[in-house]
Amino acid sequence: MTKHVHEPLVHLSRRLNVSQKYAWAIRIGAFVLSMLACALITMIIAPEVGFGAFFTHLFEGTFGKPRLTWTLFRDVAILLLLALAVTPCFKMKYWNIGGEGQALMGCIGAALIVKTLSGTMPLIVVALIALVVAIGFGAVWAVVPALFKAKWNTNETLLTLMFNYIAGCIGAFLVKKLNPRTTGSMSFLKTLGDFGKIGDNQFALIIIIVAVITVLMAVYLKYSKHGYEIAVVGESPRTARYVGIHNKVVVIRTLVLCGVLCGIAGFLIVVLKDQSFKAESATDTTMGGLGFTAVLVSWLAHFNPWAMVLTSFLVVFITTGCAHVSSFGGLRSATYPSVMAGIFFFFIIATEFFINFKITFRKRGEIPREPDDLPPEPKTKVEAATAANANA
Amino acid sequence: MEHTNAIELVGITKAFGTKVVANKNVSMELRQGEILALLGENGSGKTTLMNMIAGIYTPDQGKIYVRGQEVTIKSPIDAYSYHIGMIHQHFKLVDLFTAADNIILGEHFHAEPSDGQNKGAAFFKRAGKRLAFGWLKHNRVKQLQTIVDQYGFNIDLSRKIYDMSVSEKQTVEIIKALYRGAEILILDEPTAVLTPQEIDKLFAVLRRMRQDGKSIIIITHKLNEVMAISDRVCVLRKGEHIATVETAATTEKELTDMMVGQKIDLAIERKEPVNPKPRLIIKDMTALNKEGRLALDHVSFEINGGEILGIAGISGNGQRELLEGIAGLQPLVEGEAIFNNPKENKPVTFFHKDLKQIKRMAEEGFFHYPDGTRVSLKGFKNKEIVKLVNDEKILFYEDEVIDLKQKTPREIQELGIKLSFVPEDRLSMGLVGNMSIVDNMMLRGYRKGRSIFLNRRRPKQLADTIIKDLEVVTPSDMTPVRRLSGGNVQKILVGREISSSPKVLMAAYPVRGLDINSSYTIYNLLNAQKEKNVAVIFVGEDLDVLLALCDRILVLCGGKVSGVVDARKVTKEEIGLLMTTVPEEVQVYRYEQEQDKEEVPHD
Repeated sequence: MTKHVHEPLVHLSRRLNVSQKYAWAIRIGAFVLSMLACALITMIIAPEVGFGAFFTHLFEGTFGKPRLTWTLFRDVAILLLLALAVTPCFKMKYWNIGGEGQALMGCIGAALIVKTLSGTMPLIVVALIALVVAIGFGAVWAVVPALFKAKWNTNETLLTLMFNYIAGCIGAFLVKKLNPRTTGSMSFLKTLGDFGKIGDNQFALIIIIVAVITVLMAVYLKYSKHGYEIAVVGESPRTARYVGIHNKVVVIRTLVLCGVLCGIAGFLIVVLKDQSFKAESATDTTMGGLGFTAVLVSWLAHFNPWAMVLTSFLVVFITTGCAHVSSFGGLRSATYPSVMAGIFFFFIIATEFFINFKITFRKRGEIPREPDDLPPEPKTKVEAATAANANA
Repeated sequence: MEHTNAIELVGITKAFGTKVVANKNVSMELRQGEILALLGENGSGKTTLMNMIAGIYTPDQGKIYVRGQEVTIKSPIDAYSYHIGMIHQHFKLVDLFTAADNIILGEHFHAEPSDGQNKGAAFFKRAGKRLAFGWLKHNRVKQLQTIVDQYGFNIDLSRKIYDMSVSEKQTVEIIKALYRGAEILILDEPTAVLTPQEIDKLFAVLRRMRQDGKSIIIITHKLNEVMAISDRVCVLRKGEHIATVETAATTEKELTDMMVGQKIDLAIERKEPVNPKPRLIIKDMTALNKEGRLALDHVSFEINGGEILGIAGISGNGQRELLEGIAGLQPLVEGEAIFNNPKENKPVTFFHKDLKQIKRMAEEGFFHYPDGTRVSLKGFKNKEIVKLVNDEKILFYEDEVIDLKQKTPREIQELGIKLSFVPEDRLSMGLVGNMSIVDNMMLRGYRKGRSIFLNRRRPKQLADTIIKDLEVVTPSDMTPVRRLSGGNVQKILVGREISSSPKVLMAAYPVRGLDINSSYTIYNLLNAQKEKNVAVIFVGEDLDVLLALCDRILVLCGGKVSGVVDARKVTKEEIGLLMTTVPEEVQVYRYEQEQDKEEVPHD
C-alpha cells in the first residue's frame, strides 16, 4: 500500500476560522496594490502622465474642490442605494441582476410624471406623485420575474437580465414619443429648477435619504423577522420549508422591497441628481450600467450594508478620479476609468482567494508527511472545542 | 476442478476518522462465475467494502487479490484495468446524452492493459486515435448493440437518458461496465429502485452473465432475493465478516440470525407507559417517493401519549415519507392523520382558535366552565368572550380531534407535532449551517409575537441551556453551527425540538453517528418526554436500541406495515424477519384497553 506519490510543489488548503484582522490586512493590501497597478498601467499607456501625476489627478478629481467632493459622495449614495436594493435578493440566493432595469423603470416613471404633470400643480405634489409612480414601476419590474420564478421556476438570472434591456427599450420609446425632436433625452432643468436643494446645496438631500435607508436596511436584515427569513431561505431552502416558512412568499415579498428601493433610486436620479432623462437605446440610458456595478458593490461587501458604504465609495472614487486623470492627463479616453475600475475589482476579488485558502509550498527535500486522522489528545476544554470545530 | 477466485480479500480494515470503523478485518472471496450476495443491515460496511474493490477507497490494512494476484486498486479507472466494474446506487450518467454516448464516454478505459503483447502496435493505435481527434463513430449504436443482444437487455441505445426510467438507467450502467470489459461486476443494491417485474428481468440478465463466466457480487437487504439469485451468501455485521455460506444449504431464518446477531442488553431505563391513549391515528397513509414510486402503501397505526413507538425497517422503506407525511411536508396520495390534541380540562386559547371558531364550538357544546357547567356564549359580547378566554375560564370537555390533512406544515408544528429528522448530511434539514447556535434556536419560535423585530433573548437562553445540559462542545453560543462536529450539531437539533414542549415528537435517527454518552443523553431526553405523556416516535437503525428503549415497535417493509410488536417480548430475529418480509397476516400489538375508559372517537 505504500506507493510513493509525488507531493505537488504548491498545495492549497482551506482556511478555517479566518481572523477579521488578517482578512482586512489582505483587503487593504490588495487596495494599495491595485492603486499601484493602476498607476503603472497608466504610465505605460500614457507616459506623459507620470507616476506622481496619476495620484495628483486622482485626488484632485475627487477631493480637489468642495463641489467635486459633494458630487463624489452623491454618486456614492446613488450607487450604495442600488447596491442595498439588490442585497436582500442575493442574501436569499435569488440572483437578481436586474437592478439596472428596475431602477431605470423608476427613472421612466418619474420622468413620465414630471414631463406630463409639471405646470398643472405645485412642484412638491408633482415630485411626490413621481416618487410613488417610480416606486410602483420599479416594484412591478422586480416582482414579475419573481412571480415567474415562483410559478414556473424560471431562471431569474436570465429573466432579470433581459428585463434590463426591455426597460431600456421602453425608455427609448418613451423619449421618442414625448420629445420627438431631441436625440434620446429630455431635460427637466427648467421645470424642476432648484427643487430639492437644502439651502444652496443640491447634494445633501440624496445623501441624507440614502443614509437613512442604509441604516434601515442594516436593521432590517439583521434584526427583523423578515431579514431572518431571507437568510434562512437563502442558506437552506429545505430547512425553511421544514420550519414552515413559505419560500415563495418570502421571495416575492423581498423582490417587492428590492423594486421599491430601485424605484426610489430612479426617482432620485431623475428628479434630484440629473434633472433629466436619457434613453437613446436599450443600453445607453440614464443609468449607464450603475445597476450592474451595484451588484459588484454588494457582492464585494459580502452583503453587509455597512461594508457596502466602503465598497461603493472606493468604486466611485476610482472611476471619478480616473475620469479626471483621463481628461487632465491628456488621455481623453472614455473607457479609461472603466479599465481602472476593472483592475481594482480584479485585485479585490482576488483577495477572496487568499482569505479563504492557504498556499503552502513544499520545502525541498522534505519527506511527505503521512496523513493521520488522529489529532493529539486535547488537554484543556478550550482546546477540545477548537479540535471539535476543526473536525466539523 | 480447482476454483480460481476472481477476488480474494484478506484482513481488510477501513476506518473513517477515529470513531467509525467501517470494516474490521474482513476476509472473503468471490469465485469465478458465481453470484455472491452480500448481506447486512444498514451501516454494516457492505458498500465501504465494495468501494475498496472498485477503487473508490483504499483499505487501511489488508490485501486484495484479483485472480490470485495481489493488487493495489488506486482508482475506478484502475479497477477497470483489472476488469472490475461497479454499479452504484446513484447512477453516474449524463442526462442529455444518449445511452450509447454515455456508454462510450471515456472510451480510453477500454485500452488494453499495457502488459499485453502488442506493444508495438499500441503506439500506432494511439497515434491513429489522436489523428481521428476522438471523433465519435457513426455506427456506434450498432456496435454496442451486440452486447445488448448477447445478454438480452431490453433497451434502445439511441434514446436520451432523461427519457429513461430508473430501471433503464440501471441497464445502461450495467452495459457500460460490460463494454469497459468488466469480468467482475459489483451491484450496490440494484433492486432497491426496481419494481418486482423489473427485478425478475434483472435477475434473468444476471444469470445469463453468470453463464457467460462473469463473477457477480450483489448487495441486498432482501432475503427472498438472496435466496432467488445467489450461489453463496456473505454476511457482514457491524463491519465484521460473520460467515459465508452456500445459499442452498441455508434458510432465511438462519441468515436473519447472522445478520442481526445476539441481543445486547443496553440497560436503558424503560418505564411502563402511564395511561396510554391514542394521540395520533394514521389511516391508510399512501405516498410516492421522489422517483414517483410507491413509498408508503396504506400504512395505518396509532401512537399513544406516554409511549415510545419505535419504527424499524431497512432504510428507504418509507420511514422518511411516513414522518414527513405526518408533518405535512410530504404530499399524500391517500390517507389521513387524526390528531387528538390533549385538551381535556385545559383552557381554550387564541393561539389556534379565533373568536368565530370559539363561538361555534361553544354552540356545539365543546367547552365547560371550571365549575363544570356547560359554556354557552349566546348573548355574550365579543369583549366579554375575549376576557373569559384570556382568564382561562373556558375549558375543553375532551381532547380536541383535529384532522391534520387540512393543515399546513406550520399549523401542524404549532399544534405541537414536532419532527426532528437527522438526515445523513445533518445540516440539510432543520438547521442553517452558517447561522449561529442562537439563530438556529430561533427557527422554531421566531414568529411569536406581533413585533416585526426578532427577540434573541429567549433563543439565547435556550441555546445556553442546551449547551450546558447536553454538553455541547462549542467556543460560544454565537458559533456557526457548521463549525461544530456532527454529534454536537445533532444535540442542537434534537435539543431544540424537545425543548418546544411537543405533544408528538418524531425523532428520526437522533443518535446517528453519536458516541455512547451522547446517545444515552438523547435516550434519557426521549424517556423524559414519554413521562410527560408525549407520544414519541423513534426511528432507529440499531435494533438493540429499539428493543431496549421502545414500548412498541412498528416494522416497515417495502412501504407496508409488516407488524406492530411488543418491544418487551419480541426478539431481534422476529424483527429482522419482519424487516425483510411482509407476512400474510399482520399482527398489531395494542395495550389492553381499560374497561372503564372508552376509546376516543376518531372520526
